Amino acid sequence: MTKKQSSEGLISARRSENEPMRGCEIIRESLVNQGVKHIFGYPGGASMEIHHALNKTDKIQLILTRHEQGAAFAAGGYARVTGEVGVCMATSGPGATNLITGIQDAMMDSIPLVAITGQVPTSVIGMDAFQESDIVGATKQMTKHNYLIQDIDSIPEIFAEAFYLAKSGRPGAVLIDIPKDIQQSYTIPNFSRKYKRPGYQPNYEANPRQIKQAAKAIKQARKPVIYCGGGVISSNASEELVKLVEKTGIPVTTTMTGLGSYPEDRDNALHMLGMHGTEYANLAVSQADLLIALGVRFDDRVTGKVSEFAKHGKIIHVDIDPAEINKNKLADIPITSDLKEALIKLNETVEPGDYERWLEQIAEWKKNRPLRYKSSGEKIQPQAVCEKLSELAPDDAIISTGVGQHQVFTALHYTFKHPRTWVSSCGLGSMGFGLPAAIGAKLACPDREVINVDGDGSFMMNQQELAAAVQHSIGAKTIILNNHHLGMVVQWEDRFYGGDRGDTYIGEPAVDFLKISEGMGVKAARVTEKSELEAGIKQLLDHDGPFVLEVVVSYEEHVLPMIPSNGTIDDMIVPDF
Amino acid sequence: MTTIKRQTLSVLVENRSGVLARVAGLFSGRGFNIASLTVGETEDPELSRMTIVVEADHRMLEQVVKQLRKIIETVKVEDFSCRPFVSSELLMVKVAATASQRSEVMDLVNIFNGKVVDIDTASLTIRFVGETVLLDDLVEVLRPYGLKELARTGTVAMARESKTRSAGE
Repeated sequence: MTKKQSSEGLISARRSENEPMRGCEIIRESLVNQGVKHIFGYPGGASMEIHHALNKTDKIQLILTRHEQGAAFAAGGYARVTGEVGVCMATSGPGATNLITGIQDAMMDSIPLVAITGQVPTSVIGMDAFQESDIVGATKQMTKHNYLIQDIDSIPEIFAEAFYLAKSGRPGAVLIDIPKDIQQSYTIPNFSRKYKRPGYQPNYEANPRQIKQAAKAIKQARKPVIYCGGGVISSNASEELVKLVEKTGIPVTTTMTGLGSYPEDRDNALHMLGMHGTEYANLAVSQADLLIALGVRFDDRVTGKVSEFAKHGKIIHVDIDPAEINKNKLADIPITSDLKEALIKLNETVEPGDYERWLEQIAEWKKNRPLRYKSSGEKIQPQAVCEKLSELAPDDAIISTGVGQHQVFTALHYTFKHPRTWVSSCGLGSMGFGLPAAIGAKLACPDREVINVDGDGSFMMNQQELAAAVQHSIGAKTIILNNHHLGMVVQWEDRFYGGDRGDTYIGEPAVDFLKISEGMGVKAARVTEKSELEAGIKQLLDHDGPFVLEVVVSYEEHVLPMIPSNGTIDDMIVPDF
Repeated sequence: MTTIKRQTLSVLVENRSGVLARVAGLFSGRGFNIASLTVGETEDPELSRMTIVVEADHRMLEQVVKQLRKIIETVKVEDFSCRPFVSSELLMVKVAATASQRSEVMDLVNIFNGKVVDIDTASLTIRFVGETVLLDDLVEVLRPYGLKELARTGTVAMARESKTRSAGE
């Protein structure tokens, strides 16, 4: 599907150094200079110049999503699986505001993202012009940094800095807003100009004394636990984490963002902790005498009542962001550092202590209090779908999700073995994330299986992106766990609101997901019987191209274990069998 | 242990549009209370200095400082909670004072080293410069005469270099 229609042919470099370029062309060249290969976007009056300019290079492919939110989520998915900056683009006003959820999502999960927005011409900024919105003002607290370009000559340096900021230190979202007149005007660009930035210092080196203290605490501990999160993935530190565990034998629990950072099929894996963590992970953390917190932020979904969390243990906290240290929980041994660097240093000297009894205790918990659900009954349990998928999907498959019960079922019942195989809106919890994120991930990793495990509610929020997948031949697949309800809210209604229903039933009308999929050119199948499940998943995996498998599941299933909001280990709800 | 006190921070930032909004947004977004915030150019026209007085306990203050440091345009954050500093604020007040009360008010103006900057038959407009706590006292002393209008700049502060006094304020 070629998109090149220009009679000028392909322009990827300038013909002469002194030739003036239009702002939109300078933007294109700045993106090429950053190594950008894909942009997810949706054009409009204030951004069409950039689209036209992009169509004249073969170095960057524009993926036309069907909603700007889809573009932002797709860019997030792309960034999550590659570690590279994801790029999304929209026009001014509604285009820009539609990006916001994806921008905040990237920010919450520390994902490198650059959002480009067109803005109304400089002459009418502030006049409440058609499709004007102060997107820079609106996203000030949702971005690591943002810019309104007011001078065409600053385009190269602003783009270079935006990408640097997005991926350096603690990654995050950066937005660049560019008025239409600046895209249209001409200048002789200077691509070597650098932004002057006197205060930004993203890298911290671990203090050797604190590394020594950490090693000493690990040696002295009797009941240590590693609690690791998204920071392990951002800093590509999985290998070092595995080495630390191999050297010491300390058990590992991961946050939701950290899934895949430690291979979950190993004996030391305690799987996820927190509100919906495993019993053994939460028990281990609550009784630990040393909590080794790696690239985590002591989020409320992990800690519950924060004063009671890990209260018997000393805390070693390693994070690249100094503001995370002591934010929610005081650290006894704070280490501000890139995690990979800190672990390399720690691994040089670390030695295990005497953990024999502790590891026996943990083995007993894992044996006697495993993840469990009632597999009897006629209807398909969503947990069983996740387990079956885990069994059948290739080892390096990438799994994305929407948000709700299906997300947590997947987090618990799918076995993640590699970093960057789990793609989910963990911090912001934005429904509708799964399909566009899967499209972004599949585009980045075309040779790997990418499957969006979605809920019916979440899927409906961005189902239009099936069209984008078809247009660009992106074979991202989807399993819809259809329970005709907003399952997680229903679970809360059942558990804490006496079963009172507040607009959580979405089964009327019964949406025909097969017709919706087929209507956009996507092959689809439906499974309603347990006996059909395996064949259905195999059909999905065997299909070459986008595919939707609807699995009708029971809505009465609850995600367990569960520690109610702001609760403690004593409040943990577990299956009664 | 968690006593909330007024703490003074001096924040050097890049002198660009939008920085003030970013700082103000940080405070509102994270629920920190600003008592006062002043901003102005420094000896280097590319930099501005903000003096921020925040109501915070020790732990909140640590977060405020760290969050301020995360702003890309922040160059330096000085926390005066643990070092001596000098500070000052300017206050202008329009006091209802008839001819018969004028001399009484003038006595107070002199005690506080103020200066009358405007006068008419029914009021005196007075300017005072001093430490914030002193200005707080002054306002209470003048209040019985009737305060028609009051404006304050907020505190500006600098670290104290002189070693002769150990404590600031």
